[in-house]
Amino acid sequence: MSGLNLAQGLFAGPPLPADDIAIRLDRVALKYDEKIVLSDCSVDCKRGQVTGIIGLSGAGKSTILRVINGLRHADAGAVYIDGENITGWNEHELIEMRKKMGFAFQYSALFDSMTIAENVAYPLWEHTRMTKAEIDRRVSETLEALGLSDVENSLPGELSGGMQKRAGFARAIVNDPEIILFDEPTSGLDPIMTHIIVTTIKSIQERLKATSVVVSHDLRSIYALSDTVAMLFEGTIIESGTVNEIRRSPNPIVQQFLQGSELGPIPL
Amino acid sequence: MIQRVILDPFYRFFGYAGGVTMMLGDALRYAVTLQIRPSEVLRQAYFLGVESWPIIVLTSLFTGAVISLETAKAAVQNGFTEYVGSSVAYGTFRELGPLLTAVVFAGRAGAAIAASLGAMKVTEQIEAFQSMGVSPVKVLVTPRLIACIFTVPLLTVFADIIGISAGYYMAHWVAGIPQYTYFHSVQRGTDPSDFYNGLIKAAVFGAIVAIIACYEGFRAEGGADGVGRATTNAVVTAVILTFAFNFGLSYVLFR
Repeated sequence: MSGLNLAQGLFAGPPLPADDIAIRLDRVALKYDEKIVLSDCSVDCKRGQVTGIIGLSGAGKSTILRVINGLRHADAGAVYIDGENITGWNEHELIEMRKKMGFAFQYSALFDSMTIAENVAYPLWEHTRMTKAEIDRRVSETLEALGLSDVENSLPGELSGGMQKRAGFARAIVNDPEIILFDEPTSGLDPIMTHIIVTTIKSIQERLKATSVVVSHDLRSIYALSDTVAMLFEGTIIESGTVNEIRRSPNPIVQQFLQGSELGPIPL
Repeated sequence: MIQRVILDPFYRFFGYAGGVTMMLGDALRYAVTLQIRPSEVLRQAYFLGVESWPIIVLTSLFTGAVISLETAKAAVQNGFTEYVGSSVAYGTFRELGPLLTAVVFAGRAGAAIAASLGAMKVTEQIEAFQSMGVSPVKVLVTPRLIACIFTVPLLTVFADIIGISAGYYMAHWVAGIPQYTYFHSVQRGTDPSDFYNGLIKAAVFGAIVAIIACYEGFRAEGGADGVGRATTNAVVTAVILTFAFNFGLSYVLFR
């Protein structure tokens, strides 16, 4: 190795993710007050694929999505989005980065003073130079694709939980994001609505070919949606792989979680 | 012990002051660079200002009346009825008009801002703005700040007019002071700068109420209880700061 290469090797920091990795968390740590939420947490999300993150309630799954979106800053480690290390970026830099992301919140987080159509149109008004007619057309197409054409003039409070979830998805995908983050997309829904939501996410994924991260403790949905699954336990990713690899994992914590057993190493 | 008694409150105070200042700086930057929706500013001005109008009218009506009542009685007893109008107007233009308007505005509009933004915070709506690459300060704080800066002086003009008019009716009714004597006294005893400087104070109070209420709303956490706490903190802090700034502004503007 030449002197120059050696110096570059010593000072360049951790290697950049390969091109097929859209999101990388590299040894991320994060605390809320004194509580450790993420600790030495590393995960790769492949471009154009769905990565499912499973774990117990309060394990830090939603926090991972917030770290990816820049809503929470890691105390240590690095977060790479499309090969760029966003750790330490200021709010104005993050605003630019977020324009290529869609975030579907657990409780939808629809703006309750706006109609469903206005909610879905909002990112387009803010980030594009589309005319009102173009925006109206795009919003109608998106709402139709998600089966929400009838409720475009309703307020969020007038819709059921499942419809609110889908309206939240519509807002997250309306500007064709490269990365979509789904926070507990099926929580609190009945099995039929869960099936509809899973089908909806699959069709979104098929249409947009985006890199998606789905956080959930609903294993059936995760199995149905994910190309890769990672299990988060006590702030750390303890296992990752394809659905079959996770199912066959010898890790007793993973097995206890998958089987929903109270017997095992997970402290209750 | 020292940490808990001295350092923690010190850090909290400067943390709070720094947070408010940064939010104000951000909001003003969006205002100066015209990154605002005029329709949203007007909507907020209507909601915060026009709907506060009846309360301001009632407050200033009774305040003007009571000052006049007390002054008129003393004036009749001591023979200086020609000073009743000027004393009511002087106090109203410089202090009571802007100050009472701001206090009532903090109770009505400040509470409304903190409650609505607090509710948005605990239902993740503010994070939703951030997550889609939109600054919540730009869309939520700046319109409210501008609306309050323009609305409180307008409300103060109403408060001044109604307070002085109520003062006249009370002076006339209690002490039989003629209309000409009262309003001539108003004219003679006050300067236009009293009125204008009162409006400058009102604009500053409007900014204080808006930014404190927005900051408290953004800090809300923990559901309905947190929203209630944010609302109370917003009103209490805005009122205290209004009185503190009133002293400073009176010192600077009326020296």
